[in-house]
Order: sequence, then C-alpha cells, then structure tokens
Amino acid sequence: MSHSSQSLGHVPIADHSFSADRSTLALARDISVELYDTSGPKYSLLTSLTGHDKTVTAVDIAPNSGRIVTCSQDRNALVWEPAADGTYKPTLVLLRINRAATYARWSPDEKKFAVGSGARAIAVCYFEEENDWWVSRHIKKPLRSTVLSVAWHPNSVLLAAGSTDSHARVFSAYVKDIDARPSPTVWGERVPFQTLCGDFVSPAGGWVHDAAFSPSGNAVAFVAHDSSLTIVYPSAPEQPPAAIITVSTTLLPFVSMLWLSESEIVAAGHDCHPVVFSGSEQRGWAIDHAVDDPQQAKKNVGKENSALNMFRQMDLKGTPTSATEDSSLATIHQNTITKLREYASSGGRVSKISSTGVDGKVVIFSV
Amino acid sequence: MSQSLRPYLDCVRSSLTAAICLENFSSQVVERHNRPEVEAMSSPEVILNPLHISRNENEKVLIESSINSIRISIKIKQADEIEHLLVHKFTRFLTGRAEAFMILRRKPVKDYDISFLITNFHTEQMLKHKLVDFIIEFMEEVDKEISEMKLFLNARARFVAEAFLTNV
Repeated sequence: MSHSSQSLGHVPIADHSFSADRSTLALARDISVELYDTSGPKYSLLTSLTGHDKTVTAVDIAPNSGRIVTCSQDRNALVWEPAADGTYKPTLVLLRINRAATYARWSPDEKKFAVGSGARAIAVCYFEEENDWWVSRHIKKPLRSTVLSVAWHPNSVLLAAGSTDSHARVFSAYVKDIDARPSPTVWGERVPFQTLCGDFVSPAGGWVHDAAFSPSGNAVAFVAHDSSLTIVYPSAPEQPPAAIITVSTTLLPFVSMLWLSESEIVAAGHDCHPVVFSGSEQRGWAIDHAVDDPQQAKKNVGKENSALNMFRQMDLKGTPTSATEDSSLATIHQNTITKLREYASSGGRVSKISSTGVDGKVVIFSV
Repeated sequence: MSQSLRPYLDCVRSSLTAAICLENFSSQVVERHNRPEVEAMSSPEVILNPLHISRNENEKVLIESSINSIRISIKIKQADEIEHLLVHKFTRFLTGRAEAFMILRRKPVKDYDISFLITNFHTEQMLKHKLVDFIIEFMEEVDKEISEMKLFLNARARFVAEAFLTNV
C-alpha cells in the first residue's frame, strides 16, 4: 500500500479537484484558486485564478467540459471557461444570495451546479442561453442554517445537502427546461423543484459536515460533528426509510466522506487520517480499517515543518524542542483533512483517493 | 505533581482535544463577516454546550466551543488574600500583552482569571496538539509560579521587618 504526498506550502486548502485525466489539479486556498501541473514528480504551479476577494470555499472541475466552478465567502460563484491558449475566462453567476457561498459541485451531466450557502439556501445554477449567463433557482425550505455540503445523485436531479442545523436532506433540483424527465427512483416518482425527498437528523445533533449518495444512488450517507457516520436506505417514495444505520466512533469528527463502492465508505477529518467503513443494509456497518494509521505509522514521515515548529516552540515556551521530542504527528497529514475525492477506480470500486488538508498537503492514498 | 492534579489535567487535555475541531465558518448573520461564533453568540445552532471541569471550588476550567472558535477560561487557585493579589497582578501583566500571545483574550470571562480564545485561524497556523500542550503547561506552571511568588514575597516581608526592627 503506497501513498504519495505533496507539500504545497502552509496555506490551508479548502477544496481540491483533479481534471478528468488527472493532469491538472485545482486547489482552493485563501482568496485564489491555484492550478497545478501534476505530470512531474513535484506538482508545479501553472496559474492562479484570482477573481474572489474573500476565502474561496470550494472548487470543482467538470470532467468533460473542463469548466471550473468556484465559490467564495464573498457571496459569489464564478465559472471559469478554459480557452485554447490555456487561460481561463471567468463568468459571474447570478447567485442572488447575501451570505457566504460554502460549497459548489457540478451535476454529473454538467448542465447544472449546486452552490450551498450561509443564506440558508442552496442555489441550483444552470446556463440560460437567451441571456448568455448562469442563473440560479433557490432551494430554501426547510433549511434552517448554513449548508455545509451538497452532493448530486447520479441522475443529476436529486441533491443531498448537509447543514449546521444537524439535518441531512435530499432535495429535488429538477429544472424543467434543462433536465429531461427523470425516471422514478426510490426517492420519489414525480419530483418537481424543491421537493423534499428525505430528511434525516444526525444521531446526537451534530452539524452534518458532508453527505453523499452511494454509486447507485439508492442510499445516502452523511458524517456529522458527533463523530458518527449514518447510512440511510430508503424503501419507497413517501415511505419511512428501510434502514438507518449509524456508526458512532471514538475518533474525532469526520469532515469529508466518499463512497468507495456500495459496501465501503471512507471518511476523514480532524483525526488527520482516513478511515474505511464497510457493511451493507443487511449486515450493518462498522469500521473496517484505518488508512495511514498513526498507531503503526513510521516515525520518519512529515518532518518538513520542523524548523517552523522549532521557532514556534521558542516563541511559545522559550525553549526549542529537544531533538528526541518529535513535534509532528504520526500521520501524513499534519492537520485536519478538509476534502476527500476519488482519484482512480478499478472494477467499479474506487482504488485511490486524493485528500487535502489544512496543512497544505495533497496526498493520494491507496485504499 | 499531586495525586488529584493528574486526572484533572488529563480531563482538561482530552476535553480540549475534542473541542478544538474547528473549521472556517463565515457568519450567517452579518454579510461578508467571519468572526468567532463563540464571541458573537448570534447563531445558537453553531454553539456547543459549555463544559465545566473543576478540581475544587477554587480551581476550574470552562470550555465554550463553537464551529469556528473555542474559549477556554481558567480560574487559578487563590487560597488567601496574598494569592488573590498575586494572581490579579500576574494575569494583568499577561493580558496587557495579549497581542504577543496570539490566543490570549484581553479580558477574562466573568468569574475566571484568564481566558484564551482559539479560532480556526490559530489552528491553521499552529499545531493543535501543541496548542493543547501549551494550555496544560500553562495550568501546571501558573500554580507553581504563584506559590513561588508568594514565598518570595513572604521572605522579603520578613527581611524588611527584621531590617526595620533592628534599626530601632
């Protein structure tokens, strides 16, 4: 099992996205989006997309069109259209929100994207041909607080959202002129815009940091601040779910999660290393193993910031740390992991995941 | 370290480790603001329940946490009036230099002697386990410091009294 790690400075990375061929990496850090060329052994900075004037909170590259959507705490979202000469042309999206935008994701068919926001709303954005701009429609009810994450169903119509009111919800984001009529799913048969198809509360009332549909779309899972992972299997439209399975852990809260296959989920967060859960509707779910487990980690990883730590220690305590005392963590990531993404898959199962953290590292894990 | 201090500090350490799980969170009340929610207290859903840890009535810690910041308030042991005076002078000395301490709050929370405010920007710059170490070490050291100062003050008072009386 091999993991490759890239250290790209000390500025926290809020979100990252690889292009479809994995040759370009976009990082949301501070007020700009940095594009890296990943072909060499060390990632090299290609360009920096500057258009936001507050912290960029999310970035997503559409796999086919190559368009990049970014959103920021300055209440705006931008769509960056790639030009032939490698530059990007930004277009402002008419979001109509008056608080920070927190999360943005392209739908699988790339015709729409969803932006979560602190204005207690999700903006579902699509391109309006006649006016030549990106417009949005809002999902407002019954959101009561900041939306922390959004995730699309494979059919590009349903949307899962986690928010700080400790609810994970499933909405319909069906836009009449854009989408073809969706075939019925377990979540609903007729789903006009803003239909609430599912509403689930985290077990101990923790903020729901991330939510995602399973690869088939027939289950939804979410991680909350109470260190739990919850998997919901719906039964039929308008019916109570067939099973709600909660796994409570003694780890620190998870911030991001990803389905590896129908029976495996990886989650990561404040414990700085990913954890793999496995199970099914019948068997229930449990922790399978930890990736990059600090208990058995080698001591020689992650020493790159020792000089910084030494000065910090001298500043805080008046003494530099002694040579025997190791100030770095035993994991590869030295601070909270902010986002997990699929990197490679084989045989219908995700085999490699990429992660970014507050420590400015990009790591590719084999799982 | 005395028998009861160890579990007290261990409890504070594990509570702090769990409480310092912060993320960048923009205000949902004021446009384009990003402020510590534990200070703003404007969105109740992003504030967690405060936590008291006390060793006895004179020594206790209050941990108030929220989505992007936590506030740690410490009541330092004060057995008598001299210690009370020394603690007051000592904390005033520190809070007067709060900018240099980064995480120190300029004004302590009511009923406590000293408060720290840790935001997500601090945990981004500094290692979390070292921040926890710093607070624990501070709690260990401050008691020692105060009793040393008290001893020194007593010794000095005795010396002054002796010198004053022998001259008569």
